[in-house]
Amino acid sequence: MPVKIQVEDYHFYFGDHPVLKSVSLTIKTNEVFSIIGPAHSGKTTFLRAINRMNDDADNCRHEGKIYIDRKDVYTIDKNILRRRVGMIFATPIPLPGTIFNNVAYGSRLKGIKSLNTLRNLVEKSLRAAYLWEEVKDRLSDSALRLSGGQQQRLCIARALAVEPEVLMMDEPCSGLDPISTAKIEDALRKLKQEYTIILVTNNTKQAARVADTIAFFLSGEMVETGTPEAIFTKPKDKRTDDYIAGRMG
Amino acid sequence: MAKSTFRIRPIYTQRMVRVGLWLMTIITLAVLFFIIIFILVKGLKVINYDFLFSLPLHMGKAGGIVSTIIGTIYLTALAILVATPLGVGSAIYLTEYTKENIFTKIIRFGADCLAGIPSIIFGLFGFILFVIKFGMGWSILSGGLTLAFMILPTIIRTSEEAIKAVPISYREVSTALGGSKWQTVSKVVLPNALPGILTGVILSIGRCIAETACVIFTAGSSLRLPTSLFDSARTMAVHFYILTREGISMERAYGTAVILIISIIFVNFIAYWIMYRFIRRMGGYAG
Repeated sequence: MPVKIQVEDYHFYFGDHPVLKSVSLTIKTNEVFSIIGPAHSGKTTFLRAINRMNDDADNCRHEGKIYIDRKDVYTIDKNILRRRVGMIFATPIPLPGTIFNNVAYGSRLKGIKSLNTLRNLVEKSLRAAYLWEEVKDRLSDSALRLSGGQQQRLCIARALAVEPEVLMMDEPCSGLDPISTAKIEDALRKLKQEYTIILVTNNTKQAARVADTIAFFLSGEMVETGTPEAIFTKPKDKRTDDYIAGRMG
Repeated sequence: MAKSTFRIRPIYTQRMVRVGLWLMTIITLAVLFFIIIFILVKGLKVINYDFLFSLPLHMGKAGGIVSTIIGTIYLTALAILVATPLGVGSAIYLTEYTKENIFTKIIRFGADCLAGIPSIIFGLFGFILFVIKFGMGWSILSGGLTLAFMILPTIIRTSEEAIKAVPISYREVSTALGGSKWQTVSKVVLPNALPGILTGVILSIGRCIAETACVIFTAGSSLRLPTSLFDSARTMAVHFYILTREGISMERAYGTAVILIISIIFVNFIAYWIMYRFIRRMGGYAG
């Protein structure tokens, strides 16, 4: 499979504090690339480095390169980059407003005005996020009235409606019950046919269930990458083994 | 046992606090109602169609107050039209487009100081700058601009607080979907801050309607019906002041006060209605 995202010797600092230390990895097109690791190991910062959301923070700097389709992300306009690389946050954050307006938000930013086009996009995205059947009759209801799991799927639909190439999810199931989690995982398996997915998760079992490749992060270092089988059965690094076995984190 | 073990049982302190707080509320409301009822009783009898819709005669001794109602509307509208864009714009700049530094702190401190300056000082400032220096004379233009300066700090500060109260996560959602700064501000931040911004504007409308010191220096006190921005005008508040001060007609002064109070209540009512509708439309939980 072709390479989608290439990260080369990437360092990131908040002030003097190094958050990411020499991270290098390769993410292939149409795979679910899962990042596991304990809290404060730089997983979220890594995601935010890819779509340059870290740029907006104060007092930080980076070294190294991140390429998407062999283009340095710093040569791409950041608003266009963020349309190509969608992001889903740990807590679902619906904007106040209707379900329809939430999903259509990003497309409207792109300048799509035709209600017909928007309707089609909204339906397509909600279907892809496995939410359409539950909300199709109440698209003009407030998004805030949906349940937590529905809100998170709404956020996925909202990211999909921008028609990105890569979908980054930052612990999307951390606040959800097992049934909502299962629905999101179903959506993920389907979505990877069209998108490249980067999934940050605290839940190693979830990574085992859905990932094609797993990377283990620890204190800002990328310790090792491999297939789920490799990581879970014969990890190369002792620290990976400790984490998987539950002796740490 | 030297130290007393006396202590009031929580159930009694609870009762005392409840009665105390209840009394405070009642006293506040009682004063408010007393003022309103006093004015209504004294003023309602002069109010009729002619009082509302005819011009004052004999310096206000007879006739109506229509020119002062129109004067109040013109001055308030001009002040709000000038101050709202300026104030909201400054608030957006201060909160979204700059980082917190010594410069923004000075601006904020300045705005707070300005908000505390007595309105008569603004009146004097407006008189010197607009009436004399810019040669606008006593006019609605001078008065409206002076009022705008007077309410600007309030609008800036309330808008700023309203904008800051919009969760940062909303901004992140918008930028993560490829929204530019301005798209995020105009489509997410401002709509969510609008009820708060509106509150500041409503407070300011109330202050403009009620203002005398500032207006009497800058808009004058002409009783003629103003027809252009360059005409002098008298507001209801100024009319009330002059009627009582010069002992022209206490009855008509109270009548003016009734209209003044009713219009302020009306403005508040309209504003809350707009806010309620807006929150409903945004799909948030109203109330």
